[in-house]
Amino acid sequence: PPSCLPAEDISTNSNGPKQEILLDDDQEDLFAEATEEVSLDSPEREPILSDGPSPAITPVTPTVIITPRAEASMFDRSLDEDEDTEENGDTFDMQITVSDPEKVGGFGCTSLNLFSRNEFSVKRRFSDFLGLHSKLASKYMHIGYIVPPAPEKSIVGMTKVKVGKEDLSSAEFVEKRRSALQRYLTRTVTHPALLKDPDVIQFLENTELPRAVSTQALSGAGILRMVNKAAEAVNKMTIKMNESDAWFEEKQQQFENLDIQLRKLHASVESLVCHRKELSVNTASFAKSAAMLGNSEDHTALSRALSQLAEVEEKIDQLHQEQAYADFYLFSELLGDYVRLIAAVKGVFDQRMKTWSKWQDAQLLLQRKREAETKLQYANKPDKLQQAKDEIKEWETKVQQGERDFEQISKNIRQEVGRFEKQRVKDFKVVIIKYLESLVHTQQQLIKYWEAFLPEAKAIA
Amino acid sequence: MDASNKESALNVNASSIKISDVSQDGDMLTFAITSQNLSGSGGVCVFRTYEDFIWLQQSLFSQEDVPELQGVIFPPLPDKPLPSHSHTQAKVLKQLGFLSLGDKWQIYCKALELYLQQVAAHTLLSKNKELYNFLSSSESPGKQRSKKGIFNRLSQVMEEMRKEGHKDVDEFFQSERDKTTNLSVLFKVATEKFLEVVLTKQKLALACGHFSTSLHLCVNQENADAVAFSKICLKLSDIIETMKRNFEKVSDNDMSTLGLGLELESRYQEAKREMLFRRTCRLVELDNANKNVDRAKPNKKAHMEEVQKATQKEFNLISSVAKQEIVHYHRTRVQVLRDFLIDWCEKQLSTAQESSTLFSQYLEACKGLAV
Repeated sequence: PPSCLPAEDISTNSNGPKQEILLDDDQEDLFAEATEEVSLDSPEREPILSDGPSPAITPVTPTVIITPRAEASMFDRSLDEDEDTEENGDTFDMQITVSDPEKVGGFGCTSLNLFSRNEFSVKRRFSDFLGLHSKLASKYMHIGYIVPPAPEKSIVGMTKVKVGKEDLSSAEFVEKRRSALQRYLTRTVTHPALLKDPDVIQFLENTELPRAVSTQALSGAGILRMVNKAAEAVNKMTIKMNESDAWFEEKQQQFENLDIQLRKLHASVESLVCHRKELSVNTASFAKSAAMLGNSEDHTALSRALSQLAEVEEKIDQLHQEQAYADFYLFSELLGDYVRLIAAVKGVFDQRMKTWSKWQDAQLLLQRKREAETKLQYANKPDKLQQAKDEIKEWETKVQQGERDFEQISKNIRQEVGRFEKQRVKDFKVVIIKYLESLVHTQQQLIKYWEAFLPEAKAIA
Repeated sequence: MDASNKESALNVNASSIKISDVSQDGDMLTFAITSQNLSGSGGVCVFRTYEDFIWLQQSLFSQEDVPELQGVIFPPLPDKPLPSHSHTQAKVLKQLGFLSLGDKWQIYCKALELYLQQVAAHTLLSKNKELYNFLSSSESPGKQRSKKGIFNRLSQVMEEMRKEGHKDVDEFFQSERDKTTNLSVLFKVATEKFLEVVLTKQKLALACGHFSTSLHLCVNQENADAVAFSKICLKLSDIIETMKRNFEKVSDNDMSTLGLGLELESRYQEAKREMLFRRTCRLVELDNANKNVDRAKPNKKAHMEEVQKATQKEFNLISSVAKQEIVHYHRTRVQVLRDFLIDWCEKQLSTAQESSTLFSQYLEACKGLAV
């Protein structure tokens, strides 16, 4: 059996990443034997995008962090600190904050290592995020990692219901994007392997990112297309796989179901947000009419009470707006994220099928080579015979590689799905707690307002 | 008027009048009305339809030889209760407003009840023997009369254009007319806007219901993590269900207190406006009568003077009744609005306290959820 290679710190590697698959949750490292190096020019690999010398990583002294607006930060789903450090004893837990681009001309990204307390603050453009995603997708999807999907380019995304007019420059749009970017990065560094990826580290720590690095694969659109195609309906694939492992078949079905459920939930929440905003508008309108009544009313005490009524309704309107905010940033975005994640999950399942298919093709080709060799044995062409024998050796290797790749991706996917299911529970729990806090807050504010209004109403003589 | 009947009518304890029940047969509603004597002895229960109420209203209007009635602010009778089917819902809502909402016509019945109480408490109107018959006779009241009497809507609309702006001889009344014109519109608008608010809350309740149901369907027992996720979804489903009930309670509170209060005030302002208009019409008549006297040929002069005197007398009578009515109205309406506002505030406060407790309990439970 191959020797167990120690886990290498790949961050200082200057020639692109080694394909070390390091998932450190388990005691017994299932992947200790799985370490392998992939040469830069093997045909199966997309050009590695992070070529070029890795710049020296110098920690930047923490700059002033531009704090996100109060309301949004209430809903930022940062890592639950205690939980993770207890569980993994991992020294790489990170807290990510992405701040408003308005003031610094680019999204400020701050990453804080919760263990070492090292902090980096950098500026990134939206296209940088897309670039990061495309690199990660090209590196890891084909070995079965669920790479967090890139933040949505389009405003509307999956929603069919337009929740009010949105233009590209509006504060609301910018906030949505900022929040999406933060969630994207947080999800990325939550992945144990991605956290150590040099492109991710470079993204978080380098003052300047290298510009256009190489080839067509960098095109965000290109990679997105690849990912989307892979994630498209499975029935479009012509590969008919003999599934020997029922687990995969069952899981795929579950993810199909989950996809449908999540989309339905997302639609429900969108409807909720929409009506909540409508309520805010109507409440404000009523408040105005009550104020006019208060102004026109002759009876002094009644007039005063009506004016107070108008003020209470204005405050309640404010609460409705805040609650709509919570509805959206907590639930709508969570559900949207998960629908997109499911697409990525489906993508890796499809990659597995492609890997299987490649293996099968290699086996077929090997067989043909063998048949050809047999024929040549009677043809008395020693050169060609030798070539045929060499080719057989080559394809035997490829068949073995194909089988290993297939087993590898299958193992990875099992691991990834387990991680996904655990993370899902955590994510939802965090959101629900934050949402409940907003609900409690709203009711307590209402209590204050009603308690203040009651004596006003009673004072009407 | 029969002396004994007159007595009986006044014997009704106005505040004891209740609409204790309503039953629906197809599109027809029947109201059970209970009332008691002032002496407290003997209660009576009768059954009436909306048509009976119209008959009562018309009887009140068309009392002959009681000219002072024209100065009365008639308690407004709610519009006809049309049961709403899906295709008529918008129409019913427009016509009845808040009165069309709520379970089993609760709010409508309350409005109807208040109407009867107001009529029975009115010094002039309560003398009408038809009221006594309406409240206590086991027989149905008479059929609808033909639409005569001082309350002829159609002609009024046409006259309104010409006469509404007619300048008043009395500052008190001119001021009242101006204020009422302004205030009745404002109350109408406020009522409509509040109705929109309440309807939106009902939409939110429905949306929560859908969300909650969808969550309930996300159950999967495959493995430990799937079970944990299912638990969370069910928990969230409960929370959203609680949100739904909160919206329903809040909008119920809105409808039955402030909504009803604004609706009634709107209609009462309208009734006051109508009264003032009637008086204005009499004023126009009086001005004409005065002119006729001046212009009259000698042989007609005496006659015109008589007409003028009679018109003046009637006008003075109406004005004095009107003034009393207005003073009484100002006092009562403030009380009524006060009561509705207090009731509204207390109910919403109580609901908020309940919800706050419930959500806090959920919060504690979720924090403790093993993950």
